Amino acid sequence: MTVDHLVVVGASLAGIRAVESARKAGHTGRITLVGAEEHLPYDRPPLSKAFLEASEEAPADPRFRTEEHLRDELGVELRLGAPATGLDPKARLIALDDTEIGYDALVATTGGTARRLPGTDGIAGVHTLRTWDDAVAVRSALDAGARTVVIGAGFIGSEVASAARKRGLPATVVESLPVPLVRSVGEDMGHACAYLHRAHGTDLFCGATVLSLEQVDGRVTGVRLGDRSTVPADLVVVGIGVDPSTGWLEGSGLEVHERDHGVVADATLRCADGVYAAGDVVHFPNKLFDGEMMRLEHWTTAAEQGALAARNALDPDHATELGTVPYFWSDWYGSRIQFVGRPQADEIRVISAETGDARFLALYRRADRLVGTITIDRPTQIMKYKRLIATRASWAEALEFAGVG
Amino acid sequence: MSLQVVLDQDKCSGLGLCEAEAPEIFEVREDGSLAVLDETPADEHRMACEAAVAACPTEALRLIES
Ligand SMILES: Cc1cc2nc3c(=O)[nH]c(=O)nc-3n(C[C@H](O)[C@H](O)[C@H](O)COP(=O)(O)OP(=O)(O)OC[C@H]3O[C@@H](n4cnc5c(N)ncnc54)[C@H](O)[C@@H]3O)c2cc1C
Ligand code: SF4
Repeated sequence: MTVDHLVVVGASLAGIRAVESARKAGHTGRITLVGAEEHLPYDRPPLSKAFLEASEEAPADPRFRTEEHLRDELGVELRLGAPATGLDPKARLIALDDTEIGYDALVATTGGTARRLPGTDGIAGVHTLRTWDDAVAVRSALDAGARTVVIGAGFIGSEVASAARKRGLPATVVESLPVPLVRSVGEDMGHACAYLHRAHGTDLFCGATVLSLEQVDGRVTGVRLGDRSTVPADLVVVGIGVDPSTGWLEGSGLEVHERDHGVVADATLRCADGVYAAGDVVHFPNKLFDGEMMRLEHWTTAAEQGALAARNALDPDHATELGTVPYFWSDWYGSRIQFVGRPQADEIRVISAETGDARFLALYRRADRLVGTITIDRPTQIMKYKRLIATRASWAEALEFAGVG
Repeated sequence: MSLQVVLDQDKCSGLGLCEAEAPEIFEVREDGSLAVLDETPADEHRMACEAAVAACPTEALRLIES
């Protein structure tokens, strides 16, 4: 069947890319973009970076497009502030609170929600950082000179600590693992990240648990740790991960992943007839890594998948499969951390330790293949490694390129 | 018709995703800024340049037909 009405659920990065690529692919039918937030689609990476910097002027507007552009240039019907509550793939209907919308093709781009610390809802000064509204709250706490405690030494939390230190405010990061980021980048790199925190005056407590938050009159005053010590705090940012937003898919028959309930798609990002998914919400088999299932929370993947999911949804008979090298970056304390590929490896070799270079470089090997590379402050190199991974370069080639072969 | 690459230095954050798409045209320098190696690329680079424009997270790149 030909697609007349394309509905995109989730009005953020993957969603806007889906809309734009549908038009670019020549779709002239209706497009409806449904979003839970009141805001027009906006960009998240700046929210933990430039947005938090001290400045006289208001921070840059993170929205991708104006309402006029979406409506008039792209011909999109906007349903913002209207979360989808259900999906019936057989009848090709989605439910909103007050109505139903029929579709011919659907792209689900509902991303994820920041995990909260149990029992802390409603305490003033405690925030996650996922949305624009979150960022406004965190920024104004920093403007007020908050002593900042970040729970979880992930990338976004680390960027918040970095922003606090840049303003000269005290910052503490509390991490339950013995080494930060071991699961996402490995132990050596975790130590390198820990070093960045400490070198810039952030207190980093690893292997530490949070017992409770201390509060006075409903406002946080400190974080109590497992060893009974208390870190004073006016701002607590909880960065303990993201849960895919798939509650609205319950009962739809779509497969969700047993671990995190992300929606499961095939290599063309198809979940069911007429239903495709893209961005942080989706598990997909990555052709470039021999079909390994992955769910990524990376800007570049969300953009790429959004565009592909829409093209495939409009023309399923000619759907193409996704093969992509995951990529993310993070900016802390004026250093740029860049990662390409996959961190799960048979061996992680810290090249910079061998060559005596202060700027971190590590390569990740699976069998005989280079599968990942991480760098700190090596902007000229990272994309060359990305190409090596994309072309399935052997480990020997990678070592030679790194100058240690 | 020839192709021209326009870079908005203020928007570019030097992530190098353009370079991953079109290494003949873009290269991130040691200081993290972006060098456009060829501002008027030959037609054979058109697809790669379009991919680079689409890949840029900050929308710092434009292509002009002149
Ligand atoms: C502070 C921050 C900093 C980041 N920094 C980096 C970085 O430096 N590098 C990097 O690679 N990545 C970074 N990321 C990750 C990147 O922003 C995400 O990968 C990207 O936003 C994913 O886009 P998405 O469209 O899949 O999902 P999201 O951006 O999560 O958007 C999903 C949208 O769907 C909406 N929604 C949810 N449920 C429903 C529903 N039932 N009905 C309708 N709408 C719904 C949500 O409200 C949301 O607007 C960062 C993320 C954050 C939060
Ligand atoms: S992808 Fe965009 S931001 Fe990144 S280096 Fe290229 S032009 Fe600059």
